[in-house]
Amino acid sequence: MAGILVHDLCKSFGAVQAVDRVRFRVAPGELFGLIGPDGAGKTTLLRMLVTLLTPDGGSATVDGLDVVRDYRALRTRLGYMPGRFSLYQDLTVEENLAFFASVFGTTVEAGYDLIAPIYRQIEPFKTRRAGALSGGMKQKLALSCALIHRPRVLMLDEPTTGVDAVSRREFWDVLARLKAGGLTIVVSTPYMDEARRCDRVALMQGGRLLGVDTPAALEAAYDRPLLAVRAAARYDVLQALRQFPHARSVYAFGEALHYTDARPSVDPAEIRAYLAGRGYPDATVEPIRAGIEDVFMARMAAPPPPPTASPT
Amino acid sequence: MPVIEAHGLTRRFGDFTAVDALTFSVEAGEIFGFLGANGAGKTTAIRMLTGLLRPTSGEARVVGFDVYTQAEAIKRHIGYMSQRFSLYEDLTIRENIRFYGGIYGLPRRAIRARTQALLERLALTEAADTQIRALPLGWKQKLAFSVALLHEPRLVFLDEPTGGVDPITRRQFWDLIYEAAARGVTVFVTTHYMDEAEYCDRVSIMVDGRIAALDTPHSLKQRYQVGSMDDVFLKLARPAASP
Amino acid sequence: MHAFLGFVRKEFRHILRDRRTLLILFGMPVAQLVLFGFVIRNEVNDVTLLIADPSQDAMTQALTHRLLASRYVDGVAYQTHLDGIEAAFRQGLAREALLFEPGFAERLQREGLARVQVIADATDPNVANTILAYTTAIIQSYEQDLAATTAVSPGIVPNVRMRFNPELRSVYLFVPGLIALVLMLVCALMTSITITREKEVGTMEVLLVSPLRPVPIIVGKVVPYVVLSFIIVLVILGLARTVFGVPIRGSVGLLLAECLLFILCALALGILISTRTSSQQVATMIALAGLLMPTVLLSGFIFPISSMPAPLQALSHLIPARWFLAILRGIMIKGLGLADLWTETLALAGMTGLFLIASIRSFHDRL
Repeated sequence: MAGILVHDLCKSFGAVQAVDRVRFRVAPGELFGLIGPDGAGKTTLLRMLVTLLTPDGGSATVDGLDVVRDYRALRTRLGYMPGRFSLYQDLTVEENLAFFASVFGTTVEAGYDLIAPIYRQIEPFKTRRAGALSGGMKQKLALSCALIHRPRVLMLDEPTTGVDAVSRREFWDVLARLKAGGLTIVVSTPYMDEARRCDRVALMQGGRLLGVDTPAALEAAYDRPLLAVRAAARYDVLQALRQFPHARSVYAFGEALHYTDARPSVDPAEIRAYLAGRGYPDATVEPIRAGIEDVFMARMAAPPPPPTASPT
Repeated sequence: MPVIEAHGLTRRFGDFTAVDALTFSVEAGEIFGFLGANGAGKTTAIRMLTGLLRPTSGEARVVGFDVYTQAEAIKRHIGYMSQRFSLYEDLTIRENIRFYGGIYGLPRRAIRARTQALLERLALTEAADTQIRALPLGWKQKLAFSVALLHEPRLVFLDEPTGGVDPITRRQFWDLIYEAAARGVTVFVTTHYMDEAEYCDRVSIMVDGRIAALDTPHSLKQRYQVGSMDDVFLKLARPAASP
Repeated sequence: MHAFLGFVRKEFRHILRDRRTLLILFGMPVAQLVLFGFVIRNEVNDVTLLIADPSQDAMTQALTHRLLASRYVDGVAYQTHLDGIEAAFRQGLAREALLFEPGFAERLQREGLARVQVIADATDPNVANTILAYTTAIIQSYEQDLAATTAVSPGIVPNVRMRFNPELRSVYLFVPGLIALVLMLVCALMTSITITREKEVGTMEVLLVSPLRPVPIIVGKVVPYVVLSFIIVLVILGLARTVFGVPIRGSVGLLLAECLLFILCALALGILISTRTSSQQVATMIALAGLLMPTVLLSGFIFPISSMPAPLQALSHLIPARWFLAILRGIMIKGLGLADLWTETLALAGMTGLFLIASIRSFHDRL
């Protein structure tokens, strides 16, 4: 049992507490997601785990090696894909791959079977410069480069940010295959809907964890009654619902509105009647199970208030 | 009269046809979602519609002006906000607003009055002299959106306006979009969040330079017999997943 | 070793694919050499001299003849009114004027002191300086000759000697300066840019996380630039020799060894900059303002150190290029050897060592 063990990890930059007493563990062979918006501390946390930053407090081991003390040994076992596609734009696809193989003291041939399922998709363009690839292809090449030395643990910092929904889904398919091969994977993402592609997730905001568990368990732990309201005049209904005296939160969720009540329980019929009274008799109201995004919103601290500070 | 009217709008770069005979129209006050995979031609299409890029062929009128001959008039009469470039980090909120007001040729008195109104609407009056860099991301984006509407354009282009923000702020941003649309502003928005596609009145999905589908989210889901816009997008864009 | 070679290969690819930069790196020294060699000359040679000579005695006329005989004066015009001189300057008809005081010879003989005012058109201050220097030199030499033959007190006799470049050919002085400049540019500027670029693109993060140690990373990035700058040095020297006839009077081996020392120094500076900054833009600014400007202005490349104010003279000791320039000029033009140049070499080597230690120390294997 090695995996990843994070214990009360802290890191601050000046006055900003980027990571605040974060603790969780990742089992070997697990696909673990770090989920949160920009500024949540995901990148700082990952950089500590890949030995790029030293923590201010707490400790962490990856694959049984301490991220501070054993960082040199750890680096040979890590695959890391930073936030930006870290490729040499002026080198071709195969030159990039060969270079990263050489940096890790191996060859493309030695690692080929591991990356083959990914690399084969971009191999037809191997003489093309990396800068001329589409976003999805760059992402695949960067992943191939991060895997070429057969790491035991793979860490990916927002690999799907700015990538379209199709490429994103394909990328998660690739990660699922790698996980099936026994690789331990930590991925950060701002897209809440990607949580369900992970075995377990850590929800993160403002440097703190809002919860760590399987997506299903997190959703099941959501203890408020949640109603989905559907109506043709969605924005009007949203405003009407917010004026309902017992409303706690009303947010748009795709085609529906998600309504939570300030009281411990709520009868959908009451909401339906209220909306009918406000002139929206067509509105449908039904209880639903919470998704990860509902969980995140319920657990997150209020978004930052309007700044009132005087000039900096 | 439609706010955007495109007919056979095409742009070629050498042999490559980035945008292929785009024909569609957007009505006043509509929230129009403009989706597509990376490289499907969205950016090129937006550049043509905002007067930044000359089409190879076809016709288009934006807020009543011709994209070939009246590009400058288009730029003056639309608003634009993108995730990459919004406000100057080292200027204060007030300075940014004044700067944009000046760009669009607003008289000084109007700038002052609208600055006041904008600050009050966003509850930023007290922070007016804060530099942009000190603002949380969500506030930057809300402010950038409001600044893009400062000159009261009839049409505003939003290019991935909500990237990276937390789920509550993202919805607060959409509240602003709805408010603007309720005032009659036409909103043309791109996004990678498929749930946001559901918030649009109509959605177009571009695949390989063409509009593969254009309808209300509801009709699109019915036509493809799926439960979410995410699935609609996947059904349509999947064949396009080539380099 | 495999990793290191991979690094060098990759770096060469970056360099060779960036055609524009490559063109600038090779084109710039050649263009400058040609420019300075053919077009811009510090020597001035077609000055029309205005002379106001109310006294018209033997001494003023002898002095006028000497001036007229010198290479820099093209023609002489006499002008008695001050207004006329003013007008001639304004119309660009003359660049220098000499105003003898009335009774010049008489006063010089009786009082041992006579005044002559020298006015130069300072629109181009460099030209004006040169003209004034020429003129005073001629006046002083006349004064000296006079002192030898008459009983007049000789006054101040500065020893202006131009033994090694008697024709004041600026291309001789220019070639060493150009080498220093180009080496600074390629080694310091280019290395700081190439390292910060990896930071900007994000590849540095991956390299740091790799088992590769910092020293091989740095050396691997730097070797191609050493090779490149050496080639450029050879090109400059070859051109200077064949086209402009600039001599290399000392040992070529020593010359190249000193170049290597300076290259090392510049590289260390470049690495130092790149470890302290994270964007190419900032690195470029620092390299330009902090390294290239002093190399141009304070090394004696353009302005002679001896004519700088004392604080700047003191400051120039901290500029590596100052020592390098002295070494190069010593070897190329004076034919000096290490025995004569060991102080300069020691100063340069000391600085290089210091910068190397500082740069290696500040390159961390974390962010």
